[in-house]
Amino acid sequence: MDTTARIIEKRDLTDITKLFVVHAPLVAHNAAPGHFVILRVVETGERIPISITDFNRAEGTITIVVQEVGRTSALVGAAQVGDTFLDFVGPLGVEVSLPEEGHAVLIGGGFGTGAVFPLAREMRSRGVRVSSIIGARTRDLVILADLLATESDEVHVCTDDGSLGHRGVVTGRLEELMDAGAGFTHCFAVGPMPMMRAVAETTRRRGLPTMVSLDPLMVDGTGMCGGCRVSVGGKSLFACMDGPFFDAHQVDFDDADARLTTYKEQENLACELAGVGR
Amino acid sequence: MPIVYPRKTAMPCLDPEERRQNWGEVAEGYTVERAVAEARRCLSCQDPVCEQGCPVGVPIRDFVRRVAMGDFDGAARAIRRRNLLPAICGRVCPVEHQCESRCILAPRQDPVGIGRLERFVADWERQHGNANGTAAPEVWRDQKIAIVGSGPAGLTVASDLAQLGYPVTIFEALHAFGGVLRYGIPQYRLPKEIVDENVEHLKALGVEFVRDVFIGKTITISQLMDEFGYSAVFVGTGAGSPVFMNIPGENLKGIYSANEFLTRVNLMRAYLFPEYDTPVRRPKRAVVIGAGDTAMDAVRCSIRLGAEEAHIVYRRSEKEKGARAEDFERARDEGVIFDWLTLPKRFLGDDHGWVRGVECIRTELGEPDASGRGRPVPVPNSEFTMETDLVVIALGTNPNPLVPRTTYGLEVDSHGRIIADPQTGATSCEGVYAGGDIVTGAATVILAMGAGRRAATAMHEYLQQRADHDAEQYLSTWGEGIAEASNPGLAAEWAR
Repeated sequence: MDTTARIIEKRDLTDITKLFVVHAPLVAHNAAPGHFVILRVVETGERIPISITDFNRAEGTITIVVQEVGRTSALVGAAQVGDTFLDFVGPLGVEVSLPEEGHAVLIGGGFGTGAVFPLAREMRSRGVRVSSIIGARTRDLVILADLLATESDEVHVCTDDGSLGHRGVVTGRLEELMDAGAGFTHCFAVGPMPMMRAVAETTRRRGLPTMVSLDPLMVDGTGMCGGCRVSVGGKSLFACMDGPFFDAHQVDFDDADARLTTYKEQENLACELAGVGR
Repeated sequence: MPIVYPRKTAMPCLDPEERRQNWGEVAEGYTVERAVAEARRCLSCQDPVCEQGCPVGVPIRDFVRRVAMGDFDGAARAIRRRNLLPAICGRVCPVEHQCESRCILAPRQDPVGIGRLERFVADWERQHGNANGTAAPEVWRDQKIAIVGSGPAGLTVASDLAQLGYPVTIFEALHAFGGVLRYGIPQYRLPKEIVDENVEHLKALGVEFVRDVFIGKTITISQLMDEFGYSAVFVGTGAGSPVFMNIPGENLKGIYSANEFLTRVNLMRAYLFPEYDTPVRRPKRAVVIGAGDTAMDAVRCSIRLGAEEAHIVYRRSEKEKGARAEDFERARDEGVIFDWLTLPKRFLGDDHGWVRGVECIRTELGEPDASGRGRPVPVPNSEFTMETDLVVIALGTNPNPLVPRTTYGLEVDSHGRIIADPQTGATSCEGVYAGGDIVTGAATVILAMGAGRRAATAMHEYLQQRADHDAEQYLSTWGEGIAEASNPGLAAEWAR
């Protein structure tokens, strides 16, 4: 059985954010919104989880977006069309439960924008109205706005410096839209932890059901190690087997934040040795 | 009367001080002289009761007698008839609860060192290049077999069915094969080269190894049978899901499940960081909770990662520990401190979210509980705090729920273990068999192999019946022209 995962398309979304279309028919076979993959690039390398940005079962492709923030992601970013990943396993995680009707707001922060796209497409096909809000520090870091626009009824871009779209953060725009009577029934947010936490606080106040996609440290991604455990509603759950999407209003963000820094020292050392800027 | 030595022939080991610093194999194995001397202690009983203690029925008396005569090749052949993984079993079997516990010498003298002799024979065979000496199957069959998980159970099923001529595919979710032999058991106890050799041996038999496929996600069992053409499936996915204590502070940084800690160290080789990219915490004062084999593995790994002090904390007493005697003794020799009758109550953290201590309470043993062991009862006002910068929770595992959850009609018990016939491994789904820890809960390598052996036999019977049935049906429908409807491709070819 062929498990080769070959890169058939690569796009530089920003200096450090790369999009890959990977031919991996077995992984695409059962892929669904909310799933992720784990990949490895070298024999001495670590296993890193990456959200699935798009999948095409007929073509047998999986699209991923990788931001170069550490040694392994830098190695991934350097891969070229025609290269194969050493390991590419998935789809992992649970398919996110999506509504059948209503008006969903999707929020993508930074490279998390890619991960909300499959949700948009699935909800639109079900007849759900989809509004998307995407945010970045500045114009050059806004990614995938065009792609998301193909499956959204409206797209709102926010930049911290106002160089594109609305000036300010995604939660500001979210509140404006809600104040203007958007009538959102569901919210899904993927992005950096501080952004997801801010979204959770905003929607909690307003009683809007919200799911966020957590990306804790992971090793196997198959429920074996428990390293990705997160505290949700006072219970310890595994992001790889119970997530990665969780009820944002139940997530203990302090706990999740702290655990992310477990290997900060080692990560810095690895980046230094590999000459990767952080 | 031959002179019988009352003690087991000693096995040379690396010096404890030395092994605290390195990951080399601790037990060096018997020399030829020592092996022969040990084998000569065997009385060759008329009724070798030791063999009843072996889950795969190794002909112990026969192979030990051959070792005593210096016929190591014959000994290897004798073992191999029943045991595919002797180099592994000779290292990790809990012999004191199995074959050796039944040795006739046992009450008054040490039992014959059956485990050590098995290892000697297997290593002799490896060094003399006979380990691949399996003949090609007599017939080639066309019913495809899928095996889920490449641990001891799966490897055994693969070997047995490949030798019967079936095309066998092993699916592994991780990037390396061997299951617990790969991610769980450390290098110093089971060199990974031995696992590699066994995998290569099976590849030479024609077994297809597929990594990075997580059955239940990438492909479900139903899809394996309906879309990918597999006639039978063996599920040997192990007891993969770690048990946590559900006490306060468990999510502090520096607290690992044994599975995570050992996977980082063994599979990902975190002890070689930064040469390898996966990190692991390097402790000064490690606390490992639990007293089974996995706990011994974790605590001894923590020493090799640099812990100056390493503790085992266990709520019962030494007598109730689950670990193999040999590994317990080696842990003690390496300086592990054992805190028996001690129950952790909560974990304490520092300002940065790192674990800095474990608050414990002393216990005493009360009336036996469901396991037959004394129930640990906390002693009032005996709380105390142990300082630590690394905690490993080694309290066992639960079955991974994925395969049962994604396989329609597959029945599980209240613990989530797959219900399988103990004699055949047959599950509630036709053509789907299961064995090893996913059925029994966390147990041993050799028990998983025993289950694999029985399942392979049953699968062969099932597949033969099906082949006969299919052939009969084909013949009976031929004359009625139904073949045309049921097989339009063949009919079209016939028409040409």
